[in-house]
Amino acid sequence: MKFISKQRKTAAAICAFLSIFGCAAAGNLYLPAHVEAAGYTVQEKNPVNLMPINRAKFLKGQRFDLQVEVKGVANNFKVTVDGVDAEKYFGKTGTVKTADGVTVYCISDVAFTKAGDVKVEAVADGKKNVANYTVTDAKAKKKAKNVILFVGDGMSLQAREMARILSKGLSDGKYNDLLNMEKMDHMAVITTSGYDSLVTDSANSASAYATGHKSVNNAMGVYANSTKDPFDDPKVENIIELVKRTKGMATGIVSTSNITDATPAAMLSHTRRRAEQNFIAETMTEDYHRPDVIMGGGSRHFIPMDTPGSKRKDNVNVVEKFQDLGYTFSGNRTELLNTPADEDKILGLYQLDNMNVYIDRAMLKNPKVLGGFNDQPGLVEMTERAIDTLSKNENGFFLMVEGACVDKQLHVMDWQRAAYDNIELDQAVGVAQKFAAENGNDTLIIVVADHAHGASITGTYHELDGKTGREAVRTYAAAGWPTFEDRDGDGYPDNPDPDVTLAVHFANHPDTNIDYKFKQVPTAPAIMAGDKAIANPNLKGEFAPGNIPYKESQEVHSADDVLLNAMGPGSEYFNGVMDNTEVFFGMVRALGIDGTKNAK
Amino acid sequence: MKNLLRSFLLSLLLLAAGMFTAADLPLKAVHCEPPFLCSRAEAAISMTFDEMYAGVSSLGITFSDKLKNAEGQTVQMAGFMAPPLTPTINFFVLTREPMSICPFCSTDADWPADIVVVQLTEPVVALPFDRPISVTGTLELGTEVDAETGFVSLVRIQAQSLEAL
Repeated sequence: MKFISKQRKTAAAICAFLSIFGCAAAGNLYLPAHVEAAGYTVQEKNPVNLMPINRAKFLKGQRFDLQVEVKGVANNFKVTVDGVDAEKYFGKTGTVKTADGVTVYCISDVAFTKAGDVKVEAVADGKKNVANYTVTDAKAKKKAKNVILFVGDGMSLQAREMARILSKGLSDGKYNDLLNMEKMDHMAVITTSGYDSLVTDSANSASAYATGHKSVNNAMGVYANSTKDPFDDPKVENIIELVKRTKGMATGIVSTSNITDATPAAMLSHTRRRAEQNFIAETMTEDYHRPDVIMGGGSRHFIPMDTPGSKRKDNVNVVEKFQDLGYTFSGNRTELLNTPADEDKILGLYQLDNMNVYIDRAMLKNPKVLGGFNDQPGLVEMTERAIDTLSKNENGFFLMVEGACVDKQLHVMDWQRAAYDNIELDQAVGVAQKFAAENGNDTLIIVVADHAHGASITGTYHELDGKTGREAVRTYAAAGWPTFEDRDGDGYPDNPDPDVTLAVHFANHPDTNIDYKFKQVPTAPAIMAGDKAIANPNLKGEFAPGNIPYKESQEVHSADDVLLNAMGPGSEYFNGVMDNTEVFFGMVRALGIDGTKNAK
Repeated sequence: MKNLLRSFLLSLLLLAAGMFTAADLPLKAVHCEPPFLCSRAEAAISMTFDEMYAGVSSLGITFSDKLKNAEGQTVQMAGFMAPPLTPTINFFVLTREPMSICPFCSTDADWPADIVVVQLTEPVVALPFDRPISVTGTLELGTEVDAETGFVSLVRIQAQSLEAL
């Protein structure tokens, strides 16, 4: 009743507002008589922090930690599940820990074993919080044997369009072709927020894909408590752990970034702090979530501290640990190609840091840019090898492939390098499609971004008539068409710097200089001068004053929704507008996972 | 004399940390001699970032013979000063390019592999970040962990003099 009266009050307020401004008739547009507006209010923080949070969804049998946190010292926690004492319900005793000004009650490693709705009530210090959960055991009618998840990091709709324009071109106003990822049966719009903020980072969003649970910025595989310890937050079981435990499937992660970076790391690890990359490297060796194939950059977190180039703070040699576990290590493309075909465990680390992007690695090959890493494999080769290796497992496989540098290059406002890496990701998607077609179409393939960037195509840019800078940005009819060409048919434009290029503008950016042209050498938009970012003096062009806080030296993520494309068994799950956590449920539904199998 | 130098350096800091932009600071005129008064050694070995390493691979970087042979000797290197954690510092990081990220202040930003830690006998205020500086001092090699910050370094220069170029 209270709800309805509030709604009426809101309606009355809107009507009053509209009347005052002489447009009362428009009121019907806001509240048509036949629509029950849902109404909502700003959410207030409950002093009893109950994790998993309200509205969380679980796969039946999915393991998790239940935590209740309150400020100060407390020991009178009372937690019930559907009215039953939680310790009795789960058959486990809880622990209490006080640290950093909060007290945390925890029941570790539990699961819901029946599908349906669950209500958890937590009372501490006389204050209460209630969470309503959903537990699902939905299984697709036609099941997938394998799942390949492609994540285009930061691959907004506009980033994909840049890749499509450059890779396929247009004639007579129509695209000559679409990207591989655009030729799939099913598509959905994905919303990307975590539970802490409208805007997500890549850890938080990848965690939603990997676990089906919301998290917070910088976190993966956990809900976030308030203690400083980045490893004591309540965990939720992720996709790699689930498919290994319940089905004995093979698993793999492939990325062009540090392989311990947010997106690949979130497929298997649990930490509140994504920067714990040395921990993440080491935890990859643990059997319960150790991928069979690991390929990417970032060896600096795997080699001991005493070795120049290492970023470790100890002398643990994680490469050797993997070798002791039977993995074949490859440090460059030649070694990867020489890895015997029957090896079923591969660790490939091809750069100390992030791998170089396609333009620098495969086209320009500037020694100063590559810094000695002249023999790196590409994402397509890594994907091929990962599929070849993982598909030997009769139980099927889960593989995550990330095109990481779409994001990293959009951050530095280098849309050309981003677009070429987006094309490379699309060619890796083509490899997966070919595998699926040749192997009984029993593979679910998903291509999705994890968040967007505010890069948009305004028109074209050229200086053929002597105009420069903003006057040379061609809008509407003057834009015409860019002059990219792919004469050799490799899918990549032959020249990233044609006479007529795209005019790409960024919705947010630091102070920088803009000249719209391709940068022969990667150049950051701004540099740090004390606590402020200033335009990089090495960049030519017109000064563009920033529109984000001065401490931000790069373009930042946008909260824009992103696209998901899917094909294969289970792909019918994806349609309409979906929350990012549903990517996980689409995958486990397709595989028909019974989360209660092989529980400890 | 020391106080005079300090106040000069403080005014530099205000310029550097405050409102300066790439265009309006007359840096050519700035010549920063920090308060350790050692003049630049006559026979400093000139070292560039390109000359530090003989090779790189995923399994690590190999120091060049030139770098190894210069250990314990006076070297002179040009690079950029990464913005330090606090304006008054005992060490700073010398980089090949001006830093576009701040690893001291952002958890997901990390340093490039080829950095040199410049250690100072006395705290010094910041030099410009967007123009090259020259560092002269004694070269040290090998792993060292800074007790205060936990910062791990492999190549260090115990600075005798600093200069904005």
